[in-house]
Amino acid sequence: MTDPGRDAAAETAPSAGPDAAVESQAQLSAEIEAGHDAYQKGLEQGAPEEFGPRRDWAPYRSSLLRHPTKDLHHADPETIELFAPVFGERDIGALEADLTVQHNGEPIGERIVVRGRVVDGQGRPVRRQLVEVWQANAAGRYIHKRDQHPAPIDPNFTGVGRMLTDDDGWYQFQTIKPGPYPWKNHFNAWRPAHIHFSLFGRELTQRIVTQMYFPGDPLFPLDPIFQSIQDARARDRLVATYDHDVSQHEWATGYRWDIVLTGSHRTWTEPEDGDE
Amino acid sequence: MSEPTKDPASELIGKATGEPATNGLLPSTGLLPSTGLLPPTPGQTVGPFFGYALPYERGNELVEPGTTGAVRLHGTVYDGAGSPVPDALIEIWQADSAGAVVRRSGSILRDGTFTGWGRTETDREGGYWFRTLNPGATEPGRAAFFAVTVFARGLQDRLFTRAYLPDGAGAPSADLLDADLRDGGPLHSDPLHADSLDADPLLASLEPERRATLVTSREPDGSLRFDIRLQGEGETVFLTYDGAPGAGRDGVGA
Repeated sequence: MTDPGRDAAAETAPSAGPDAAVESQAQLSAEIEAGHDAYQKGLEQGAPEEFGPRRDWAPYRSSLLRHPTKDLHHADPETIELFAPVFGERDIGALEADLTVQHNGEPIGERIVVRGRVVDGQGRPVRRQLVEVWQANAAGRYIHKRDQHPAPIDPNFTGVGRMLTDDDGWYQFQTIKPGPYPWKNHFNAWRPAHIHFSLFGRELTQRIVTQMYFPGDPLFPLDPIFQSIQDARARDRLVATYDHDVSQHEWATGYRWDIVLTGSHRTWTEPEDGDE
Repeated sequence: MSEPTKDPASELIGKATGEPATNGLLPSTGLLPSTGLLPPTPGQTVGPFFGYALPYERGNELVEPGTTGAVRLHGTVYDGAGSPVPDALIEIWQADSAGAVVRRSGSILRDGTFTGWGRTETDREGGYWFRTLNPGATEPGRAAFFAVTVFARGLQDRLFTRAYLPDGAGAPSADLLDADLRDGGPLHSDPLHADSLDADPLLASLEPERRATLVTSREPDGSLRFDIRLQGEGETVFLTYDGAPGAGRDGVGA
């Protein structure tokens, strides 16, 4: 689906110009800090708490021409938007929740199990719904033609998984802990290790794509994408927790990451009759 | 949270009480005092490397070639400089031609079942296309639309929008009359005419110029064109369904 001709575009914003790649981390970090300071001042002056990332966030250079300039327009969801597509076992292969068994050999790296619950804002489980994940290998390399940085490809690791949540909203998959990797946002730019998640809720309004991070990553303060979320508590919601109950004896370490999909229902309403 | 045991959410979650916040762990995340709900998990960009993970074979073919009433929905995604966006992901979710919401699995399997959901990535020229059916309106008197979700490298969080049929609820067409394609349920008895575009609450709330960004155009070959402009002149109207005050502001809404 992707061809090598697109490699050159990589992660460089079209308007960033030839000097973009020599911008220093210090410059970027100063921009991030200035943005966060402005957010804190706004909060003190009564501006609303933020729950998501800013789309208009210049430190992530690729966003410069790709964010809307107008506020999102409120729409009351109509019927179709109050349902989500249905996925079933027949849409998914039996081995897709184990990213370590998709080839003939064992992938290199730290074997991990990631487990969590997908719920709505009222804590109700999102049942039998699709969870998709993708990630770099242990060396921080993606199996993607646009990732050409000199880290080894693991012939035993693709880094793509799919699963359905169970009747209580739980998902679980086995994989290899991804490595951090360099990108071209600025000079010596490194993304914290992360796993991409694509999630569906009980209705379309809850659809999100996001990234799960690992606790204690020293790259957090330096990363324009993670820091596009201005609110520190909101950022923490993307960080998994080491969970010894998920770890498996002589086999894998475990991480827990729960996901809340609120969609149109952030404003409190009485629970509907008959909701389980 | 003075009486956490009476809070429906905390009962459902079990032990959501006043424990200190722990990263990404539901039982101790705590409820938002303002809403009594759990705070949403933030979105993040789909990044540059989704192309080997999310698109799948025939993701953009909701119906097979030659299906009666099949329509091609297509367009180009542009950035703020008017350049095409070659690394966007577009998803559609729609009712069937009779306006019924399909509740069937098989969107990934694509075994010929119409599921109402599709996904595709843009090509090198920013173009995308779906082969699908004209959606029916899901509520009487409302205009028919495809619900469209946009993701891209450089776009921090997904964007929702709607692609309305140019003729409102849709002039009666072959697909509406094709019983084989109906998912059950009667056709809406309301008159099918373009007035439904004017009556649509969302479209009516927009200036004509902005409103036009949400309405597909019917091309001479019968296909539907829906270009998406992420920024700048002719910027597509993007939606929040979150009713909280200020939810449309950047970063605020769920």
